[in-house]
Amino acid sequence: MENKNIPKVYYEESYPPVPTKSVKFWRSCVLWQTYRFFVLNFKVMKIVAFGHN
Amino acid sequence: MATVVVLGAGIAGHTATAFLKKELGKEHDVIVISPSPYYQWIPSNIWVGVGRMKVDQVRFPLEKVYKKWGVIFHQAKALSIHPNGDENTVKPFVMAEYTKEDKAGVPLKVEFDFLVNATGPKLNFEATEGLGPNGFTSSVCAYSHATDAWEKLQQVFKKLENGEKQKIVIGTGHPMATCQGAAFEYILNVAYELKQRKLSDKAELFWLTNEYELGDFGMSGAYVRRNGYITSTKIFAESVLAENNVKWIKRAGVKKVEDGLIHYETLAGEYKTQEFDFAMLIPSFAGAGLKAYDKLGEDITSVLFAPNGFMKVDADYSPKTYEEFNIKDWPETYQNPGYKNIFAVGIAFAPPHPISKPQTNPNGTSIFPTPPRTGMPSGVTGKITAQNIAAWILKGDDSLKHRASMGKMGAACIVSAGFNLFKGQAATMTVNPIVPDWEKYPDYGRDINYTVGEIGLAGHWMKLMLHYMFIHKAKGYPFWWLIPE
Repeated sequence: MENKNIPKVYYEESYPPVPTKSVKFWRSCVLWQTYRFFVLNFKVMKIVAFGHN
Repeated sequence: MATVVVLGAGIAGHTATAFLKKELGKEHDVIVISPSPYYQWIPSNIWVGVGRMKVDQVRFPLEKVYKKWGVIFHQAKALSIHPNGDENTVKPFVMAEYTKEDKAGVPLKVEFDFLVNATGPKLNFEATEGLGPNGFTSSVCAYSHATDAWEKLQQVFKKLENGEKQKIVIGTGHPMATCQGAAFEYILNVAYELKQRKLSDKAELFWLTNEYELGDFGMSGAYVRRNGYITSTKIFAESVLAENNVKWIKRAGVKKVEDGLIHYETLAGEYKTQEFDFAMLIPSFAGAGLKAYDKLGEDITSVLFAPNGFMKVDADYSPKTYEEFNIKDWPETYQNPGYKNIFAVGIAFAPPHPISKPQTNPNGTSIFPTPPRTGMPSGVTGKITAQNIAAWILKGDDSLKHRASMGKMGAACIVSAGFNLFKGQAATMTVNPIVPDWEKYPDYGRDINYTVGEIGLAGHWMKLMLHYMFIHKAKGYPFWWLIPE
C-alpha cells in the first residue's frame, strides 16, 4: 500500500542499505552459491565442533 | 540397573534420550514422559505456516522410534517432582497424568535415579489478553498453530486477490517475549509468498518487536563481517526488512489484542495501537508449571525452580546490573544445585539473567527480549547431559566432565526468506559465543572470524539440508550420531 507520491526520505525504512541488482544476482547465482554453501557449512561445523567439550 | 527419566521429547529431550540409550544400552532403563505423541522439528514450522510443507513433513510419531531404541514411552504430562520420594516411596519419583485418549487423566508414578527436565516452555498466551490461536492472533510455535496460521493467511491472500488491502503484523506478542528469529523468518517468508503471487502492492507488512534495536534477537545483537565492513545486526536486519518493503515498530510491548487491533506500550511510555487483518505474534515463554514436594509433602517448588517456572541449575542467579553480567554466570553442566541427580536442559533451565540490556519505560513496564535457548543450545545441552549421566552410571564418574556454556558455545541461525530450490533465499547468521564475552573479545563481544551474516540461495539449501538431516537423526536412522547438534 505504498503511496508513490510521497518521497522515500525521513522514513526509518529509507535509511538502511538495500541490495543492488549485482548483489541480487550473486545471491541467486547457482555456481557462486554452491561455493558459498560449502564455505558456510565449514564455518558452521567449526562453531559446532569447538562449542562444547 | 539405573533408571533415567526424561521429561519432554522436543529437541533437547529427544537428543538426551537418544544419547542416553546409545551409551547405556539394554542394561539400564530410559523412560520418556511427554504429553505429545509426536516429535516435531520446530524450525520447519515456518514452512508449514506458509503452506510449503505439510504437518507430517515436520513431525513423526515417537512410539515407533522409542520401541526400536528400547526406550519406555509414556504419553503423559508431568505434574510434580518428588526428589526425596514420599512417606511410602524411598526413591525419588515423578507424578504425571496420561494424555493419550484411552487413558486421559489416569495418574502415573515413575521412580528415577536420574531426571532430565526437558519440558520446554509453556507458551504463555494468557500473559497477553487476546493473544494466540484462541484469541485474535496466530502462532507458529507448534505445528498445529502453524497449520492454523496458514489457513488464516490463505484467507488474506484471497482478499488481496479480490483487490482488498490487508495489513499483516508479525513479531512479538509480549513485552518480554523471545524467539524473534522465528517471527523474523515468518515475516520474510510471508513477504516472499506475497511477491510470488504478485500481491505485494496491496499488502502492508509490519514488524512489531520488543527489541531496543532490530537485530537484537534477544542476544544484544551481534556484529558480522559483510561486504568489507563489520556491520551490526541492526543494519543487517533493517536492510533485509527494507528490501522486502516491511515497515517496523520497535521498542514495543504488546499488552492486549482485540479483533483487528493490537494495543502496545512503547519504551518511551506511550500507549499506541496498530490495526491488523492478520497477525502472527510470538507469546512469552514460562516454565511448564511443574511442582516439587519433599518427603513429607511440603511444597519445595521454589527450591527447584526459579519464580518464572524454569528449573534452577549451576548458574549464578545473584541479582546483577547489565554492566555486571558475565559469561561465568551461565551454567555449564545444567545440574540442579540442590539435587545432584536432577538436570534441566534446553528451554527448561532458568537463565541467570537476560543477554539483552534490560529496559524499563516510565510506566514501569519492562520491554526487552528474554534470552533465546532454542535450536542448537537445546541439542547441545541435551547431549552433554546424557553423556555426563551415562559416565556417572557406567563408570561412577560424577565429575560431569562434558560441559557447554552459552558463554562458550556458538550458534548458527538460518533465517529462511523464501522456499524455492533455485529462487529461495535465507539469511545465514552465526555467532560465537551466543552470550557476548566482552573480556575475551573487547571490540565486538564475540569472535568476529566466526561470525557470519550472509543472504543467499546457499542459506536456503542449508536450511533444507538441516531439515532432512535432523529428521534423519531424530528418527535414529543409520549413523544418526554423526550428525552434530
